[in-house]
Amino acid sequence: MATNKPLPAVTLETAPYWDAARRHELHIQRCAACGQHQFYPRIYCAQCFSNRVEWIKASGRAKVTTFTIVRRPVSPAFADDVPYVVALVTLAEGPTMMTNIVGCAPEKVAIGMPVEVTFEDWTEEISIPKFKPA
Amino acid sequence: MESLKNKVAIVGVGDTEVGVVRGYSATQLYVRAARLALEDAGLTKNDVDGLITCVSWAEPYLYHAEMIAEYMQIFPRYCITAPSGGGTTLAVMHHAASAILTGMCNTVLITMADSQVSGLSRAKAIEAMAGAGHPQFERPYGAPIPGFYALVARAHQHAYGTTDEQRAAVAVACRKHASMNPAAQMRDPITVEDVLKSRLIADPLHLLDCSLVSDGGGAIIMTSAERARDFKNRPVYLLGVGEGHSHEHISQAHSFVASAAKDAGERAYAMAGVGPKDIDVAEVYDCFTPVVIIELEDLGFCKKGEGGSFVEGGLIQLGGELPINTHGGLLSHCHPGHPGSIFSVTEAVRQLRGECGPRQVQDAKIALVHAQGGILSTHCTGIFGAEQI
Repeated sequence: MATNKPLPAVTLETAPYWDAARRHELHIQRCAACGQHQFYPRIYCAQCFSNRVEWIKASGRAKVTTFTIVRRPVSPAFADDVPYVVALVTLAEGPTMMTNIVGCAPEKVAIGMPVEVTFEDWTEEISIPKFKPA
Repeated sequence: MESLKNKVAIVGVGDTEVGVVRGYSATQLYVRAARLALEDAGLTKNDVDGLITCVSWAEPYLYHAEMIAEYMQIFPRYCITAPSGGGTTLAVMHHAASAILTGMCNTVLITMADSQVSGLSRAKAIEAMAGAGHPQFERPYGAPIPGFYALVARAHQHAYGTTDEQRAAVAVACRKHASMNPAAQMRDPITVEDVLKSRLIADPLHLLDCSLVSDGGGAIIMTSAERARDFKNRPVYLLGVGEGHSHEHISQAHSFVASAAKDAGERAYAMAGVGPKDIDVAEVYDCFTPVVIIELEDLGFCKKGEGGSFVEGGLIQLGGELPINTHGGLLSHCHPGHPGSIFSVTEAVRQLRGECGPRQVQDAKIALVHAQGGILSTHCTGIFGAEQI
């Protein structure tokens, strides 16, 4: 496996997320003090600033909040992929994340569409969470 | 709070050639803009004791403003580089004003430029801009900058029924104004149909919904209102300025249809003691057409959700109730990246001096400049007056 795409540089803070992604699981944080879910990962809860943030396995279910169909690739690494869908999806747990919608024609994507997580293996270490129609 | 209202004025402006400017490096464009502004003010470089620049991508220096000072052989008492984006590079207006009012310096040169086409290349500039995406949680998904803004355009369309034609009306107005500005990079008038027929970059944004990639620079000279009376040009006064910041990455925004332009605008209006109805001309950040619609709503020119119908029918064109981007904006005048908003300021000053010839807004007394950076992330509103009010 190899890719010329921009590989995420895993940090101390994000390692649990990418470790889970490698196992094809979507993990996000939940605050044990106030119950808020958050993404991306942070040292403290962004709502109540408690340090009691814990990792949980997310349901992987989400809805499309907004999206675009990219026709002109951002760089040569994405040239073979056009047209591709970049979307913001809101997870059932609350947080929003950026992703690609895969597994359907770009024209089929709509705001409000239910989607579920799937994973694309880029290297031995990095699998990228994407979403497909649920 | 000590207000900046009426306390400082712009006494010199200068723009370099813009568009594809092969004859100058980025650094040369900064210094050329500086010289033009100094000439306009009737000053020499030795009169400058404060210097503000923005970063350059084509010729980056770790200590950029210091580099420009060294290159010009000036020795300021106050010297900073604005790090990034349109919002920040407009916000330096109040940094400069504060430095003057607190006695840190008397005469500030703000010069901003870059060479995104000739120095960097269009493709490299576009790829570099996409670096605004979060390195782990956005960039792997391959959104170019127009893609990020397309997410906003789609959300606004879904929430309020904003149409492709309405966004196109923004591009048409800016191009009409550019056609009256011999300095502008793109001057051939366009129609709504031209915009809709231009190729899709990231749905629903077409090529002509997107701003230009350019070379060019602009500069201004600011001093105290008291000293400003001694200059050859009519001073243009800073009446109000405000900032608003909501996020850095678009995936972390709390709204995809409203922005911190509302906060920036309210703070600037409060300082100036004016409201949207008092604005004669508005130079608002038009990196992409949907941004103008959202800004006009958030700055109070119309209600939230009504920006689409507001921009239709010529209201934002010269002769309309609120002419915007009278120089042509980032869509048609030029967009060298970080310096983008400096051209809105130099245009606002020229409008308030009454120097704009065929594109002059009649009796323009109060101008609003709004800039944003990131993806609807950082906002700054400035309000300028032909007179102290």
